[in-house]
Amino acid sequence: MGSNRLPLAPLFGAILLVAAPLVVPSWILFILTLALAKFMVVLAVALFLRAGLVSFGHGLFYAVGAYTVGFGVKWAGLRDALLLVPLGILCAAVVAAFVGVVMARYRGVFFAMLNLAFSMILYAALLKLYWVTGGTDGIGVRPPTFLGVMPPRAIARMSYYYFTLMLTGVVIYAVYRFLASPLGFFLKALGENEIRIEYSGESVRRVIYLTYILSGALGGLAGVLVAFTVGHIVPEYAFWIQSGEFVFVALLGGYGSVPGPLVGTIAFEFIRTYASKYAPEAWQMTLGIIMLLTILFRPGGLWTIYEALASRLSRGWRGAESG
Amino acid sequence: MALLTIIGLDGAVFAAILFLISVGLTLIFGVLRILNVAHGGIYAFGAYMGTYLALGLLGLGYSPYWSYLMLLAGALLVGLTFGPVIERLFLRRIYGQAEAIQLLLTFSIFLILDDLMKLIWGTKPMFVSAPYILLGQFSVAGITYSWYHILLIGLSVAFGGSLMWVVRATRFGKLVVAVIHDREISVAVGINVNRFYTVAFTLGALCAAVGGALIAPTISVVPGFAVDVTVLGFAVIAIGGMGSLEGAALGALIVGLARALAIHLLPELELVAIYLMMVLVLLIRPQGLFGEVELRRI
Repeated sequence: MGSNRLPLAPLFGAILLVAAPLVVPSWILFILTLALAKFMVVLAVALFLRAGLVSFGHGLFYAVGAYTVGFGVKWAGLRDALLLVPLGILCAAVVAAFVGVVMARYRGVFFAMLNLAFSMILYAALLKLYWVTGGTDGIGVRPPTFLGVMPPRAIARMSYYYFTLMLTGVVIYAVYRFLASPLGFFLKALGENEIRIEYSGESVRRVIYLTYILSGALGGLAGVLVAFTVGHIVPEYAFWIQSGEFVFVALLGGYGSVPGPLVGTIAFEFIRTYASKYAPEAWQMTLGIIMLLTILFRPGGLWTIYEALASRLSRGWRGAESG
Repeated sequence: MALLTIIGLDGAVFAAILFLISVGLTLIFGVLRILNVAHGGIYAFGAYMGTYLALGLLGLGYSPYWSYLMLLAGALLVGLTFGPVIERLFLRRIYGQAEAIQLLLTFSIFLILDDLMKLIWGTKPMFVSAPYILLGQFSVAGITYSWYHILLIGLSVAFGGSLMWVVRATRFGKLVVAVIHDREISVAVGINVNRFYTVAFTLGALCAAVGGALIAPTISVVPGFAVDVTVLGFAVIAIGGMGSLEGAALGALIVGLARALAIHLLPELELVAIYLMMVLVLLIRPQGLFGEVELRRI
C-alpha cells in the first residue's frame, strides 16, 4: 500500500466519524458505537491473522473485559468509565499474559483450537457458576459515569460514542506504532518464515507472546466498551461462535491493514441490523453466504476494493501530471 | 459400587457417541489437512433427516422396526449428497491456502447448514423414540440401563474397527495412506488424488451423518445442537492427535470418562472438565497422544 493510498481518505473517514452524531439518528449512533467497540477485538484477531495464526478464542478476552465491568458494577460498586476501562484492559492483559505462555508454543490449527479451549473453559465457568455470574441471564450493567459525572440523558448516547471514538483513535495510533516497530515487522514475517526470524536474532516465541498480550488487552477493551454500550453481558461473549465471528469480520474488512477491520466491523454491524430486520430466521445463513462469497471472490476483504480503487485513481492522477 | 458401575457405563456410552462424532473429523483432517468446522452441521443434519424419515414412516402406520432402516437411510442421504457437494464446490478451491481461510470457509458452511435445518424442520424439538424403546432395558448392580446405549457402544466399536481395517488392509486404504504421505508422488505414480479427496471427505461426512442419526433416538433433536458437537469433536481429536483413528478412539474414551466422572461427582464442572483435559493433554503433548510432530517450515 503506502504510495497507492488516497492521502485524504483516512482524514475524510475520521471527519465522517466525528461528525456522525450531528447528522445520523440515534439508532445508527448506537450501531456505530457498537462497531467501534468491536473493532478493537477484531483488530486484535487481525494482528494474528497477519502472522498466519487464527484465534478461535478471542471471545476469552472480550468476555474478561465485559465481566470486569459486570463484576465491578455488581460487586464493587464501581461505575466510572475512566476506572473501569483501565481495569478491564489490565484484567484481560493479565489473563493473556498467563495464557500466552502456553500459546506461544503453538501454530496453525493447534493455536486456533487451544485458544478455543481456553475461551470455552471461561464460557463453561460463566455458565455454571451462576450464583456469581448470573448464568445464562448474564449481568445488567448500569451506564457508567465519567469522573463521577453522569452524562444527562439527552446526550448520554452521544457521550458514549465520543468516548469510544476517542479510544478508537488511541488504539489505531498504538497499533500503527506497534506494526511499525521491529516487533510488528517480525510479526508479519512470522506467517512467511519462522526460522529466518530466529536467524536474524529475534525469538519467535517472544514475538507471539508480546503480541498476545497486546491483542488480549485490545480484546478486553472491546469487552468493556461493549458492556457500556449494550448494558447487558452474557456468557455467550466467550462462546466460540462469537470468536469465529471476530475472525470473520477481520477477513471481511481485510486483515492486512488497520482500517480494514474498522470498515469490516461497521459493515458487519449494519448487515446484522438489516438481516435481523428482513430475515431474522436466516441471520446465520446470511452471514455464512457473505463469508463464502468473500473467501471465494475477495479473500483480501473489503479493504482491497478500496486499495484497488485508490491505486487506479492515483495512477490516473500521475498520468494527468506527466501528460 | 453402583456409582462406579454407572460412571463406567455412562463413560463408555459418552465415549461411543464422541467417537462417532470425531472419527469422520479426524479422517477428513488426516487426508485433506483441513479441519472441517461444518462437521457438526452434517452430523445434526443426519440426525434431523433420520428422525424425519423415521417419524414419517411411523406416521404411515408401518411397523416400528422400519425406523432403524429409516435412520440409516436418512444418514446415507445426507452424507452422500453433502459430502461430494461441499468438497467439489467449495473445499477444492482452497486446498493449500492459509489455515484462516480454510477454517472460515468450513465455518461459513456450518452457519449455513445450521440455519438450513431451522428453515426446513422448524425450531420445535423432534424426537423418535421407537428405536430406543423397542430394544428395552436391563438391570445391572441395581441400575436400569437401556439396550440402545449398549448397541451404540457396539456399533461404534464395529465402526472404528472396520475403518481401521479399511485403512490398514485394503488396497483403497493403502492408496489413502500414500496420498496422505505425499500428494505429489501419489499423482506421479498415477493415483487420482482429486478423487481420493472427494471420497475421503464423503466418507467423513457419512461418518458424521450416521453418528447423528444413531444418536437421534436417545435425545430430542433441537436446533443448535450442532454447535456443541463440533467443539466436542475438536476436543477429542486434539487430544488423540489430529488425523489419527486410534487417537480419536482414545480421545473419545478420555473425554467420555472425564465427562461421566464430572457429571456424577461434580456436575458444575461437566463442560470445564472436557476442555481442561484438552488443555492438559496439549500442554504435555502438543501434537496429541497419537499425533505426529510436524516439522517447522523453512
